[in-house]
Amino acid sequence: MDIPYTIEARPDTGTYNAKIGMWLFLASEVMLFGGLFSSYILLRVGAPPGTWPHGWLNVPLGTINTCLLSLSAITTLMAWVACKTRNLARFKLFHGLTLLLAIVFLGIKSYEYRDKFHHYEVQLADGRVADGHMIENDPKADHIVLHGSYFKNHAELMERHPDEKEAELTIPRADIKHMENYGPWHNTFLAIYFTLTGLHALHIIGGILVIGYLWGPGSKMWYTNPEQFTNRIEVSGLFWHFVDLVWIFLFPVLYLM
Amino acid sequence: MQAITHAEPHSIAHAETHHHGHTDAGFWRTYIFSTDHKVVGIQYGLTALCFLLFGFSLMLMMRWQIAHPGTPIPLVGPLLQSILGDVAAKGIMSPDLYNSFGAMHGTIMVFLAIVPLAVGAFGNYLVPLQIGACDMTFPRLNMASYQFYFFGGIIMLASFVIPGGAAQAGWTSYPPLAQVIPTNGQTFWLIGMVFLITSSLLGSVNILATIIQLRAPGLTWMRLPFFVWAQFVASFLLLLAFPPLEAAGVMQLMDKLTGSSLFLPTGLAVGGHLANISGGGSPLLWQHLFWFLAHPEVYVLILPAMGVISEIIANNTRKPLWGYKSLVYAALTLGFISFIVWAHHMYLTGMGIRIATFFQTTTMLISIPSVIILTCLLLSLWGGSIRFNTPMLFATAFLPMFGIGGLTGLPLGFSASDLHLHDTYYVIGHFHYVVAPGTIFALFAGIYFYFPKLTGRMMNEFWGKVHFTCSFIFMNVVFMPMFIQGLAGMLRRMSDGGYNYSQLNPASEGVQGTLSPFIIGLNNYILLGAVCLGLSQIPFIINLFWSIKHGQKVTSDNPWGATTLDWQTPTPPPHGNFITPPTVYRGPYEYSVPGHATDFYPQSER
Repeated sequence: MDIPYTIEARPDTGTYNAKIGMWLFLASEVMLFGGLFSSYILLRVGAPPGTWPHGWLNVPLGTINTCLLSLSAITTLMAWVACKTRNLARFKLFHGLTLLLAIVFLGIKSYEYRDKFHHYEVQLADGRVADGHMIENDPKADHIVLHGSYFKNHAELMERHPDEKEAELTIPRADIKHMENYGPWHNTFLAIYFTLTGLHALHIIGGILVIGYLWGPGSKMWYTNPEQFTNRIEVSGLFWHFVDLVWIFLFPVLYLM
Repeated sequence: MQAITHAEPHSIAHAETHHHGHTDAGFWRTYIFSTDHKVVGIQYGLTALCFLLFGFSLMLMMRWQIAHPGTPIPLVGPLLQSILGDVAAKGIMSPDLYNSFGAMHGTIMVFLAIVPLAVGAFGNYLVPLQIGACDMTFPRLNMASYQFYFFGGIIMLASFVIPGGAAQAGWTSYPPLAQVIPTNGQTFWLIGMVFLITSSLLGSVNILATIIQLRAPGLTWMRLPFFVWAQFVASFLLLLAFPPLEAAGVMQLMDKLTGSSLFLPTGLAVGGHLANISGGGSPLLWQHLFWFLAHPEVYVLILPAMGVISEIIANNTRKPLWGYKSLVYAALTLGFISFIVWAHHMYLTGMGIRIATFFQTTTMLISIPSVIILTCLLLSLWGGSIRFNTPMLFATAFLPMFGIGGLTGLPLGFSASDLHLHDTYYVIGHFHYVVAPGTIFALFAGIYFYFPKLTGRMMNEFWGKVHFTCSFIFMNVVFMPMFIQGLAGMLRRMSDGGYNYSQLNPASEGVQGTLSPFIIGLNNYILLGAVCLGLSQIPFIINLFWSIKHGQKVTSDNPWGATTLDWQTPTPPPHGNFITPPTVYRGPYEYSVPGHATDFYPQSER
């Protein structure tokens, strides 16, 4: 006995096994990200007034990334249509584009991460705060150089505007009380930002591995069993659409609100 | 009995030749990296039974420390010292070690023993057989599910011997405590949990997809055995309730590894000093996410047990289950409501009277479907010609034992009475009645019942009854006094067994409300009960392994005279399960049908 309905649909449920499996998996994923989004809400409404930052993320880059993933949803769909119409060349083209878009997305995301790790908040002995990107941080030198600006206090940092004037600031080490970069340890917003986008990025990487396999070595199946191959493209496409959808929620929640 | 002499033509001989054909795959592919749902089920079962014994032995050592605080543990004390070092100096269990053992006892019993046994072993082995399928829908994911479980277990075990030992903050791992303990035990715990959650995800997707897609022709939803329904609901709970804990686990891992403060509040002081953290996190958030899993988890523990019990009761009363449809709808309702009761574990957190009222209401509501299920099972006994074999003894004992567990939960569901009972031994008594003489008895019943299908031999009936009688008595000796201790106000998680807060402690003279010597003295009875309970398992362990080779051979593929499809397979079922794909013509419990030649009417018989 072989396992039935691996390729053809079961009449009363109207679908094949892998698709049911993927939908169930996605239900579980909804709960995973649902738990994290709920945590975001609880942490944010629980934060005392004036302690939740706004405008810390780069909205233009976020917008570009949103467009990239939206486009990749379209190319994923087109790749599946190409399989359905039995056109391997078109499939290769569209899923090649999907992979390209996904990799560019990750590139931009890692640039944003890198930007945060180079971004320092420096508390000065006189109570002011210097905030900006580290240019020189030689442990032997008696000063650091920061590209940023001065603020009256930490609270002022919570409302950032893109048109703030920035300059190169040279700060003697003797004046520095505490210095910390914008990692997850810096505050709760960054902690949940890195958790949410990090987990999302892991999903993107997973998607690239699966789609990459199906685009490359896995596409050999096309010649032996195009129907099953098309199913694989459909099921992996479902996953990819979900990953896109998560980003569609992440972008406004983290960048705009 | 007619049922037992009813031999079927396609039989053991055929099964063996068929099976022989598949041993060509080699030892590794057949027994270790097998994708066959039966092998995976047995792997799950044996591993989970080992963890069950291990979790029990942790508790046994803790009970010694509770009854005789600060005295060396007999027999195993020196061994403990040689493995774990200073935390068990001179064979005495230190408070740190007690905390570790307590946290790991809970974790191992829930996540590595009971759930893998109930869902991983019974679900994997029986669901495809009962729905007439040749395997699970995703056999390779099934194998991966077991491997994730196995490695999760290894990580948990490894955490005992790392410097500082295993996690110490209870199986609930509440922050900030869980995160500020300066050892790596908690990190191991979290990574282990991620493995176990992945395993449970793969397993539950598989069971659900199998039930939805691979039912035999004619096996409509309302013809499914109740066991399959129970697995279906339990798998949905695992699928949807575990991810929020995974989210919480990832967040706690972030806190542990990157030093973020998702669960750490502003102004947290550790050891009298302000902690060097950003703060702004919410410890309460962890509790919400944790209990969002852990309450449905209770029903994951109990539903498969009820499923096993239903099969055994219907079979041994030789009559249909009373109220099959009510059972099914009650199980589904139970599944839905179990998602909205979680915060009844958190009445003491100060989350507010209005929210508490909501959760009290839903908690009372969820007792309705539980009572429906128990009532149906109880009424099924009415007027049956009951065969009291070992599985049936365990199954009938399940009913009052689970009843005690369930009813003692009601005072915990009301915030007013919970204020007094919270975190006392009453809670321990309550949930252990649900899980130990409840679920574990059901699983024992299942092991005795399905053993002949797995091996073609019966387990020894006499030693089975000895195992049952002793387990039944000593389970109650262990857990009944806990209610008394809890009502007297004895708190859980105290490594001195309450001594410091008792009248036995000279320093507490004149203090109101201290524990009386009687309450503290109960610890000795519990220790005695626990030791005897451990000894009562020896007949079971010997019986289990001895019977594989020397048990009485079954003369039929269907020795109990059962109606469901799992008994219409050769014994043991070969790779692919069925000789010919079965078709189903009737409901699952057609026993004693008037006019039929035998007192059971198999589902696949026209």
